[in-house]
Amino acid sequence: MSNNELTRRGLLRTGAVAGAGVALPTIFTASSAAAYTNEPTGGTVTLGFNVPQTGPYADEGNDELLAQQLAVEHLNGEGDGGCLNTFTSKALKGNGILGKKVTFVTGDTQTKSDAARASAKSMIEKDGAIMINGGSSSGVAVAVQGLCQDAGVIFMAGLTHANDTTGKDRKANGFRHFFNAYMSGAALAPVLAKEMGNDRRAYHLTADYNWGWTQEESIVASTEALGWETVNTVKTPLASTDFSSYIAPVLNSGADVLVLNHYGGNMVNSLTNAIQFGLLDKVANGKDFKIVVPLYSELMAAGAGENIKGVLGSMNYNWQLDNEGSRAFVKSFGEKYGKPPSNSAQTCYAQVLLYADACERAGTFNPCGVAEALEGFEFDGLGNGKTLYRAEDHQCFKDVLVVRGAQNPTNAYDTLEIVEITPVEQVMYPPNHPMFGGDEATLGECNPGA
Amino acid sequence: MLGLDKKDTSLLVIVAILTLLAPFILNPFPSGSAMAQFNAGYPDLMQRFVIFGIFAIGFNILFGLTGYLSFGHAAFLGVGSYSAVWMFKLFSYNVIPAIALSVVVAALFSLLIGYISLRRSGIYFSILTLAFAQMSFALAYSVLSNPKFNLTNGETGLQVYADDPQLFHRDSLPDMPHLFGLSMRSTYHLDIGAWSFDFNAGYYLCAVIMMVMFYLAIRIFRSPFGMMLRAVKSNQQRMNYTGLNPRPYTLAAFVISGMYAGLAGGLMAAMDPLAGAERMQWTASGEVVLMTILGGAGTLIGPVLGAGFIKYFENIFSKINDNILHQWFSFLPDGFEDFMVFIVHPFIGKGWHLTLGIMFMLVVIFLPGGLVEGGQRLGNWLRNRGKGAAEAKTKQEPAE
Repeated sequence: MSNNELTRRGLLRTGAVAGAGVALPTIFTASSAAAYTNEPTGGTVTLGFNVPQTGPYADEGNDELLAQQLAVEHLNGEGDGGCLNTFTSKALKGNGILGKKVTFVTGDTQTKSDAARASAKSMIEKDGAIMINGGSSSGVAVAVQGLCQDAGVIFMAGLTHANDTTGKDRKANGFRHFFNAYMSGAALAPVLAKEMGNDRRAYHLTADYNWGWTQEESIVASTEALGWETVNTVKTPLASTDFSSYIAPVLNSGADVLVLNHYGGNMVNSLTNAIQFGLLDKVANGKDFKIVVPLYSELMAAGAGENIKGVLGSMNYNWQLDNEGSRAFVKSFGEKYGKPPSNSAQTCYAQVLLYADACERAGTFNPCGVAEALEGFEFDGLGNGKTLYRAEDHQCFKDVLVVRGAQNPTNAYDTLEIVEITPVEQVMYPPNHPMFGGDEATLGECNPGA
Repeated sequence: MLGLDKKDTSLLVIVAILTLLAPFILNPFPSGSAMAQFNAGYPDLMQRFVIFGIFAIGFNILFGLTGYLSFGHAAFLGVGSYSAVWMFKLFSYNVIPAIALSVVVAALFSLLIGYISLRRSGIYFSILTLAFAQMSFALAYSVLSNPKFNLTNGETGLQVYADDPQLFHRDSLPDMPHLFGLSMRSTYHLDIGAWSFDFNAGYYLCAVIMMVMFYLAIRIFRSPFGMMLRAVKSNQQRMNYTGLNPRPYTLAAFVISGMYAGLAGGLMAAMDPLAGAERMQWTASGEVVLMTILGGAGTLIGPVLGAGFIKYFENIFSKINDNILHQWFSFLPDGFEDFMVFIVHPFIGKGWHLTLGIMFMLVVIFLPGGLVEGGQRLGNWLRNRGKGAAEAKTKQEPAE
């Protein structure tokens, strides 16, 4: 069947091919002379916007993309300048970053860690992106943050709510503006106590993955501190679309509050099921039955429609927030796109501006310089009020919004009403908090690459 | 050469030349030009081309030869990735033991799944493999990532942390997967005029492994064992009547292709030390089926072409956005420019799935043999063009 005769010529040929194959990888070991990864040399600087354009969070991703484009416009001095006028740091002049015009490339994370890393890598390796921004999932954020750390570029996280992003997975090159599950719990607890009393019995339905667990852990901790009792915590598979079988046992469990640690489509479905079962009309233990959704977003609220009326939750930002920065941002976003921004859009917008500002103040694009400029940076005027970028874990600290599904929405965007603005002191925690990796969690060394 | 006939040798040489010169071939446009958007010669994508090439070659040994359509091959890829990352976490960043372990673990895993699934054939076999793969995905995504027993790190993906033991790691070695000290990320940039080319160590490791695997696949295709597998595909009943038991052959093919998948998974982890559960999802299993069919099932080079084709669309087309479109059409009058952008918009960026779907339909409808058939038709047309039309007419295909 096969010819295995060894000839002199054949042997030489084989040897040459094999030799070349072995030698090849070792020839190319020289590295380039740049001071750091993707040092911009021309008249432009490239930012990478890595957002989910397909998959379950595509709506959020596209909203983020709109905000990022708006931020680039404002940085380049086009449009009305938006928050550049209200930002307390005046380093940005509307002439790009450090005099270089800002350009951007976009990619699709597909809300999958692998695809997100592939897309971020192509931005870094092919397009020369110096910063990666965006994303709508904690798993993706942690994965891309690790990549950026290794590659030596800055990662400005988009929507990521799990404690781990700035907890046990914190990285020196990664920064999070969005709030986290612990803050949600801390902000919600006092409002829950005020509205529902101190002797409630809670039943948790939790999406069975990393974010769901940290969220459940945080809410359980803060509600039990109030004196609530946790009746049961049930994990639901992420792919579930029908939660009826999980809702039915709630009725007989003796619980009088249902906490839905779900996000996106999961939350819309589980909440709808809960309403269909008439949970909100029930009276348990002599009290009105209540539902809490710890993490809200505008898109979820729109998806759940009527069902969210009166349901409490928390948010990072809401366009109805009345401060100078918020008004400026909502105005320019609304004028350009004809709708108010979502809270993920605001986060990405703020992150791009914060990055640009840090470069200006550091006088360099070197990730180590930028990181140093961001660490411990206090600012205002980007929509969330007074904010601190904490140096120890690269987490932003600012007021957290407790919101409620609007009883009488006047238009399509008025689905949520702000119940309380929880002051930042109340959601503060030490950087070595046990939910955030304890004493073992470290940022590591900043990596400029190259 | 190497026990191959002339045709196969030239095929192997062509593949070798293509893979070794890929950094040049994939970067045909000067960097900085408008067409640079279509360049694919950056390390990550080149690595993906060859890694998914290996995956598809292995899948083709099962599907192309025996006709057994496995819808769960991504499970082996995922298992390979997880074992490689565990090797990094526990011992060292050297890629050789990691890749070896990933192949071994994938072999054991595929032996188990194959032994059970191969009791059925046809659609039942496909469904069984699909069920196993989805089970593995669910295990990796949720069950095996609980805080008490964290084997896969769930949604985030398994990665190496600074406090992992890494018994054989020394400070002199790079903090990256490496081959005896040569980091997989080290890249040599070559600038020639307006062009720039990247030569990446990791890519060349993958490329060399892919050539070896391609050679192995040729040998399997041409061996008596390969003939047996083809016999399984053409008529299993007749094979039974002649007194041959097809089960050991199909199981061997299943395990071999599982090992190929494990190798691909291990290489993926070696290029980028993170293993995500999505690697095992059914969409990933479906992708390799698409790659094989798109390229040409049962052909040697087809799966590699299919893998390249799909990965190119996923990574290049998904990154074209409206701004870039406006640049392209900026020479047109304003209204017409917007119109063109409006027309093209659904097919780029987030619409890359749509473009890929259309391409796939066109290929399956007009070129049932995949891209390889397209190449053959093109070759025949070029060859016959010189000759007279009459001569071409007299040449008839023999009846089957």
